[in-house]
Amino acid sequence: MQRIGDAPAVRRLLVGAAVLLAGLFLLLPLVAIFAQAFSQGVGVFWSNISDRYALAAIGLTLLIATLTIPICLTFGVALAWLVTRFEFPGRRLLQTLIDIPFAVSPVVAGLIYLLLYGRNGWIGGWLDAHDIQLMFAWPGILMVTVFVTSPFVARELIPLMQAQGSREEEAAVTLGAPGWTIFRRVTLPNIRWALLYGVVLTNARAVGEFGAVSVVSGAIRGQTMTLPLHLEQLYQDYNAVGAFASAALLALIALFTLAAKAGLEWRTARQEVTP
Amino acid sequence: MSALALPLPRRRVLPGFGLSLGISLTFVSLVLLLPMTGLVGQLKGLSLAEYWAIISDGRVVASYTVTIGAAALAALANAAFGLLLAWVLVRYDFPGKRLLDALMDLPFALPTAVAGITLATLYAGNGWVGGLLEPLGLKVAYTWVGIALAMAFTSIPFVVRTVQPVLEDLPPEVDEAAMTLGASDATGFRRVILPYLWPALVTGTGLAFVRSLGEFGAIIFIAGNAPFETEITALMIFVKLQEYDYAGASAIASVVLAVSLALLLAINVWQGHFIKRLHGGRG
Amino acid sequence: MSIRLTDIAKHYGHTSGGHTGKGRPGHTANRALEPVNLEVADGELVGLLGPSGSGKTTLLRIIAGLESPDRDPAGRILFGDRDVTDVHVRDRRIGFVFQHYALFRHMTVFDNVAFGLTVLPRRERPSSGEIRARVHRLLEMVQLERFAGRYPAQLSGGQQQRVSLARALALRPDVLLLDEPFGALDAKVRQELRRWLRQLHDELGFTSLFVTHDQEEALELSDRVAVMSHGRIEQIDTPDALYRTPANRFVFEFLGDVNHLEGEVQDGVLTCGDARLAVDLPDGHQELLLRPHEVRLTQAPTPEAQLPVTVTAISPVGAEVRIEVAADWLAAPWLATVRHADYERLALTRGQRLYVIPRHWHRFSDTPGREFRAIAA
Repeated sequence: MQRIGDAPAVRRLLVGAAVLLAGLFLLLPLVAIFAQAFSQGVGVFWSNISDRYALAAIGLTLLIATLTIPICLTFGVALAWLVTRFEFPGRRLLQTLIDIPFAVSPVVAGLIYLLLYGRNGWIGGWLDAHDIQLMFAWPGILMVTVFVTSPFVARELIPLMQAQGSREEEAAVTLGAPGWTIFRRVTLPNIRWALLYGVVLTNARAVGEFGAVSVVSGAIRGQTMTLPLHLEQLYQDYNAVGAFASAALLALIALFTLAAKAGLEWRTARQEVTP
Repeated sequence: MSALALPLPRRRVLPGFGLSLGISLTFVSLVLLLPMTGLVGQLKGLSLAEYWAIISDGRVVASYTVTIGAAALAALANAAFGLLLAWVLVRYDFPGKRLLDALMDLPFALPTAVAGITLATLYAGNGWVGGLLEPLGLKVAYTWVGIALAMAFTSIPFVVRTVQPVLEDLPPEVDEAAMTLGASDATGFRRVILPYLWPALVTGTGLAFVRSLGEFGAIIFIAGNAPFETEITALMIFVKLQEYDYAGASAIASVVLAVSLALLLAINVWQGHFIKRLHGGRG
Repeated sequence: MSIRLTDIAKHYGHTSGGHTGKGRPGHTANRALEPVNLEVADGELVGLLGPSGSGKTTLLRIIAGLESPDRDPAGRILFGDRDVTDVHVRDRRIGFVFQHYALFRHMTVFDNVAFGLTVLPRRERPSSGEIRARVHRLLEMVQLERFAGRYPAQLSGGQQQRVSLARALALRPDVLLLDEPFGALDAKVRQELRRWLRQLHDELGFTSLFVTHDQEEALELSDRVAVMSHGRIEQIDTPDALYRTPANRFVFEFLGDVNHLEGEVQDGVLTCGDARLAVDLPDGHQELLLRPHEVRLTQAPTPEAQLPVTVTAISPVGAEVRIEVAADWLAAPWLATVRHADYERLALTRGQRLYVIPRHWHRFSDTPGREFRAIAA
């Protein structure tokens, strides 16, 4: 088969350009992170990430991710089921609304939460009167993280569930299966890899969110600093090696995300040998 | 018998309508929409003149120029670079292709702050790349170019991942038809393939632009943040907040929010329009 | 178990719910089914035949409970004496075979067939041993015992179809509904499966209703066929009666190839260009319809019929030869079928000039269809 752009010269030129540019632009930064993190040896790296504040930041980051995932998972699955299995007025609008967090600047996202739940907001005022503090504390960080990560699971599931259609579920209904059974035994096995990837993406973003979190965190060392805030602090304090130690941890999560994506895509492709 | 012709709401075949609708609406209202009221509440405290004074302040206007200019440059560069990458990944087989493909998602997966400090370090005068460019008189870090670079880094996957599936779906017959009709590679690409990719390319570039307008973490480290010169709008909001000027922050945020939502809507409408054209009316 | 439908109507509008499989305009209200009445006797096999968009699939899905009929008029669906109009599809005890089978792609053939049994409430669920035995009996019946451990994607279309049938039969439904059951299969497999389904039906004695757009399939397989168009049942009858006494022009045209002859009748002679035909009809514009086998080809005209034509194509198909003829006075070419013997006797070649003589013709006007023996025959 002969296709446009198949001439060896064209092909070599384009592949060469793409690889070179991608190498410089994308791969080099990745290499630089680890080079910087280990520039003063493994010992320094180790002491940087086992330092009291680093451990606290890791702990908080894990807490936020652990709480964010089930919330976003529940919402994503419910929304995908709703918009792909039923027709109702407002369906398109709902699908557009869930994209809001993609379009909103993270700083703006943090700000609107701060305005509402901070001391001056109409809910924040009430909370303050009852001695409940959400902003500048971990619940605030959780709230903005949920906001920015909310579209990921739904975004992964909707196109897949749309493409698969509801015929298998309908078949299950004619065979008498009750609702939960249909979801668990028919739908879930068909969407599990996309679902898992949605979770991986949610996790990556939850762990790495910076803009929104920096607005609502209050940046109290050892208490409300997530890993990205912690590395920012170190970087501003001219402790680049310390900052890159945290950066390397986060980059590892990113690499895991990429690997998971490659693996899950391969699985999905294999599964898609549809009748 | 009533004369009402419309069917009454009826039972649905698949279960879970009420439950999924309940969860979705609750979530959308509480998480996505309710917080917007905070912004509205804050803005209500401002008179129109005050509002205008904040958003048309010289330093703020300079930040719009910097942000939009850099985002436009980044988006355009990404349109070209993204098209090249998508093309190479779809059309050719070469060693390391899977790795290159996986690498495309790095900017999405890598926390923005990590990208920020890394780019700043690489492109600073004493960095690996900056050290090479500086003798040539090219300064990237702490300039407007650095901002565009960081924006391009974080938004490249939008173009690649939007164009790639469309290119994959392009049937070989299209190429073959163009070639049997005597088109050269360049003509065939320009007249046949590019028009086919155009909607996806515009959508991807549009998304990259929107993302760049709002980007914060990846930029602030490399930007230098000098007033009037290398301050982005997101940073202006942040600065106002640190000064406890909530009204000022809200006013600027409302501009950013309005622009991003309008762009998002425009991209959605544009996409719907093309889907209709290509797939005969069903979105 | 018998099925009785009274006044079942359906229209789609922007307020309609329920996700439907086929592409239908969702934004404009349009009528998919006029109020329909239908009775299917216990143990009968009835085909719903019609072109796409005629409402046949909608009707089948309504009977299944996968879609709801309009509330106004308040139609009813009865299975035997049981009114199932408001019964959820889950509790209707029907077996449904989907157009593209809708097998659970992540389950083996065995698990697909066993699914209905394994989701029964615990009280009614057979023991796992019994489930295994029943599934194996079903697989034996559909001749797929050897494939129990395979996944749907590893089966051919015909095998998938049989799995989907076994799955639908596992719960011993009173009523079996099939949506274009053989639509996606090639001609030979179709033929086999048809015969096999007919046998199975006669053996197990369930009541079946199936949808098809293939007239040959409907006529061959069904006890009775309901011909549908534009959301209406045009006629429901045995295949033989449908073919011999079509109720209207639509049914006549849908059930086979048709030749048209249009012209002005005056004093018992129909004139159309330079063609003439003696007819026993009142004066005025008339349109006559003929089946290909009702057309005779001769070398010379008769006093009653002077219809000159030219042979434009000849194709031997099985037991007969299809001859296409054209003429200036014909809007569209005619098709005639002749026996091989006649074909050889006439020594037909392309471009040959001949005369056609109608043996028999039909006329449908505003009045219900009438049949005419041609004067010439």
